[in-house]
Amino acid sequence: MESATVTDSPALARPSSLLASGAGWRRRAKDRLMTVLIAGAFALAMIPLISLVYEVTKRGIPGLSLDFFTEDARGVVGEGGGASHAIVGTLVITGVAALISVPIGIMGAIYLNEYGQGRLRRALTFFVDVMTGIPSIVAGLFAYALFEVFFGPGIRLGVMGSVALSVLMIPIVIRSAEEVLKIVPNHLREAAYALGTPKWKTIVKVVLPTAFAGLVTGVMIAIARIVGETAPLLVTTGVVDSMNSDPFHGRMQNLAVYAYNEYRSPGVFKQAAYDKAWAAALTLIAIVMLLNVAARLVYRRYKTEIR
Amino acid sequence: MSQVDTTTNAGQLLAAASGGRRRLGDRVFSRTAVVAAVTILALLAGVAIFLISEGYPAFTAAASELPEGKSFLDYVAPLAFGTVLASAIAAVVAVPLAIAAALFITHIAPPKIAGTLGYLVDLLAAIPSIIYGLWGIFVLGPAAVPVLKWLEEKLGWIPLFEGPASATGRTMLVAGIVLAVMILPIVSAIAREAFAQTPRKLTEGAQALGATRWEMIRMTVLPFGKSSVISGAMLGLGRALGETMAVTIILSVSGAVSFNLISQANPSTIAANIALDFPESSGLAINALIATGLVLFAITLVTNMAARAVIARQNHE
Repeated sequence: MESATVTDSPALARPSSLLASGAGWRRRAKDRLMTVLIAGAFALAMIPLISLVYEVTKRGIPGLSLDFFTEDARGVVGEGGGASHAIVGTLVITGVAALISVPIGIMGAIYLNEYGQGRLRRALTFFVDVMTGIPSIVAGLFAYALFEVFFGPGIRLGVMGSVALSVLMIPIVIRSAEEVLKIVPNHLREAAYALGTPKWKTIVKVVLPTAFAGLVTGVMIAIARIVGETAPLLVTTGVVDSMNSDPFHGRMQNLAVYAYNEYRSPGVFKQAAYDKAWAAALTLIAIVMLLNVAARLVYRRYKTEIR
Repeated sequence: MSQVDTTTNAGQLLAAASGGRRRLGDRVFSRTAVVAAVTILALLAGVAIFLISEGYPAFTAAASELPEGKSFLDYVAPLAFGTVLASAIAAVVAVPLAIAAALFITHIAPPKIAGTLGYLVDLLAAIPSIIYGLWGIFVLGPAAVPVLKWLEEKLGWIPLFEGPASATGRTMLVAGIVLAVMILPIVSAIAREAFAQTPRKLTEGAQALGATRWEMIRMTVLPFGKSSVISGAMLGLGRALGETMAVTIILSVSGAVSFNLISQANPSTIAANIALDFPESSGLAINALIATGLVLFAITLVTNMAARAVIARQNHE
């Protein structure tokens, strides 16, 4: 795969080292130096990852308890209470965002790969790229501005957060779905057409099943990317201490905003609040990592072998 | 591409032959796909339209009605400065590291473990920004305090390190470094893809002519990947410009416009300012914040479109 294999093979490496001998020690020394520098830079880039996982685990465990998963924070001052309302909120907000984004994203990818042509196709390709660059806070402001027009100023709803997250999720879904649809070989489609299958049935019965594992993987990665978003929810779903599982009514808490809020307004019992913030961070990182690993497993286990 | 078109035509021909006109299922399904495509475009247009309509009152309002009693331009300018400064630090720190990491994975590490190493770098992108923020203020900030002191003592003559050094680490430099960690995987992934595609005839040719591995990298891999690295760096910059929570948590802000990277008095960024002020604002202050969001949207849009243009030109060549 990589050309590094060339240097690994001793037979090929020898002539170059022969040529490099003699006056070439300077060049060899430079080669060594640069190799060490590059490897060192890679190691340096890995330090934050290691430190982050270590610190989040170490600081997150003290705050984890059964209460953390079963209690909400209503009327709680200092120790005790939990984040069940934030966990439920995270599931509802992310779930509704996925319900909006997955059909639109996958149908959009089907359009791009199976139907699209001309100006609409070019515009969609270009603007999906543009959408991937929208800052998450801007997506939040958009959702707020949209709902403010209809429901008046100061509105906060769970579904507003879902709309904001959809703006971030749709381009991720459509990009990954387009990639997997692209690698479904054309001879499968042609075989279906030769049997007289209509195009829509070919897509539903041949193309989508072939691409299924890739589609599921893409959706899971997209969910992992948005489940930890904080900024867009801070301006749309608000902060609340009690359980609310209705996205169309009232404020809704979520894990990332919960962690931020425990850090930002710890109250008198600082350490207890910080413990809860880290416990929420650990829960969040666990969800993200699980989704990522599961996505890889799904792909390995269920991908269709394409020859 | 043309292949798809011919099969499409064949399918339609067959359908036409057997059914007379296009079947109902085909019409419904293709319309649904078009509706999805149009919905996505409408959504993006909606982002622009609603930000403009809700931000507009702030552009025309008198200075006395706006937060801090300044005109909108005077209000947004220091924030835009802070945004660009933090992102510039992030890019300066991240790009060399990302290039090195990409080179290490594609051309130095044993191919057997290269895939795993690449996955580890990608994991950095999976971590939510709130966690970077907490890590920055509780771990990296305190750890950076002695370094900031040292910079003030030894390099204080450079305006960037003028000090007085912060005692908490909540400085522009630390915020920039955390942003750098966050954008590193994006830049590195794009560089990695380009480096791995360097034609083997070039890399092997260089080595056959007696080039050392570094010479081979310098003379074939780096020139080949140059434009990808540039566009990757710009995409990373775009991400850093809009990054909110890490900066909101880490940076201690005073509204000062200053290049001093290690002190307690820093300009805020547009995104962090929105996250800090929005929950407690009402009335025209909300419009002003949405208008700053529109400015941020415009800045990131220009950055990203420039990056895409570089990629498009390179694909064209």
